[in-house]
Amino acid sequence: MGLTPRPEPNLVSYDPQSQEGWVTTRLDFLVNWSRANSLWPMPFGTACCAIEFMASAASKFDLARFGMERMSFSPRQADVLICAGRVPFKLAPVLRRIWQQMHQPKWCISMGACASTGGMFDNYAVVQGIDTIIPVDVYVPGCPPRPEGLMYGIMMLQKKVMNERMADKSLRDEMEPDPKSKLYISPRAIDELGEPFGNATHQQRSGL
Amino acid sequence: MSARATFRPVVVGAALSDGTPASTPRDVPYTGGEENSSAAALRTQFGEAVVRSSVVWGETTVEVRRERLLEVVQWLHDDATQRYDFCADITAVEFRDMERPIEVVWHLRSLPYRRFLRLKVLLEKGSAMEVPSVWGIYKTADWLERECFDMFGIQFTGHPDLRRLLMWEGYREGYPLRKDFPLRGRFSRSEQLRQSLAANPEARYSMEELSIADAFDDLPIEMRARLRAGEQVGE
Repeated sequence: MGLTPRPEPNLVSYDPQSQEGWVTTRLDFLVNWSRANSLWPMPFGTACCAIEFMASAASKFDLARFGMERMSFSPRQADVLICAGRVPFKLAPVLRRIWQQMHQPKWCISMGACASTGGMFDNYAVVQGIDTIIPVDVYVPGCPPRPEGLMYGIMMLQKKVMNERMADKSLRDEMEPDPKSKLYISPRAIDELGEPFGNATHQQRSGL
Repeated sequence: MSARATFRPVVVGAALSDGTPASTPRDVPYTGGEENSSAAALRTQFGEAVVRSSVVWGETTVEVRRERLLEVVQWLHDDATQRYDFCADITAVEFRDMERPIEVVWHLRSLPYRRFLRLKVLLEKGSAMEVPSVWGIYKTADWLERECFDMFGIQFTGHPDLRRLLMWEGYREGYPLRKDFPLRGRFSRSEQLRQSLAANPEARYSMEELSIADAFDDLPIEMRARLRAGEQVGE
């Protein structure tokens, strides 16, 4: 009836005579492809989000499909820091130090409302978003986010990794804020200029 | 045989003569239930040091004078007819009414007699926030008193190592669970973050706390020398 049979999907046919034994690609693409598909996570689970993170890593949702089956409990052998849960001020220097101990290239996923904004814990003890301590690449909303949400965030991070350029030298720069720089804006000025954001009217944008 | 004390399990209700199994009391009135017999014993033993006692939901609360608290607790712990061998909690209560004194609360439990007793000491506002530490009687009071000090600023005199437990050391904003403490703290967010990031998370831990005392001989020589000189790890 004019229909052609569907090709057998598992069959790879090639003709050695017509193909050369090499392919060309961009180095950027190759490096990014391998990085994006072998992100080793450093789980920094402090609260209930960590339970969802464990569910993501377990068999049903299976993070191993993304090349993340190796949880790295040492920051020195990790690529992506997944901060799952609220971070109290007492833990802030710990998180900062763990981030500093990770080698470049490194990325960070802020998982859940508390890690991203402080969530409902708008009080004296909880950091209002870990982006005031360390740079964050992907924010995953939710309280806690379902494993699908985390995986969506991971796939967004993979896309981001795929689009990195090795020529861009500034990508791997780790900058501490330098008060002598002309670009430096003091936290007080940021707080004055910035609108309140998040679910708390007293939340400020300034980090340090 | 080694000199270590042999482990003796605590048998709950072992001191009760009748040997009746434990049962959950039913139909307990809000107030005026059966009083714990320790309250009457305390009144005969200590007289005016017991200010008042009340029974709410079947639990007996005894208010004692601050000066004789340590005596009372020691007696409750040691006396053969009381044997309060378990300190369940130490905490404090501050009320919304600013005139009302702060209450420091001890939850004591006598496992052999299956009794529960709540002791209270009232600290007037404006007076010294000081109560004696019961660390010498119950070792579990160590962290309970530290937490109470951290959150309410109550000084437990006689505590061997009274420093903050939940908030980091060098926390300068005050005592978070006091009613005059603002929910978001006293400093701005950026100042709070700056101070917390300046804290050294490894500061002031002794060798025992880091549990490296056993590994002392394996440590590097210079580290051994520093620890022997009494240096504590960190700042």
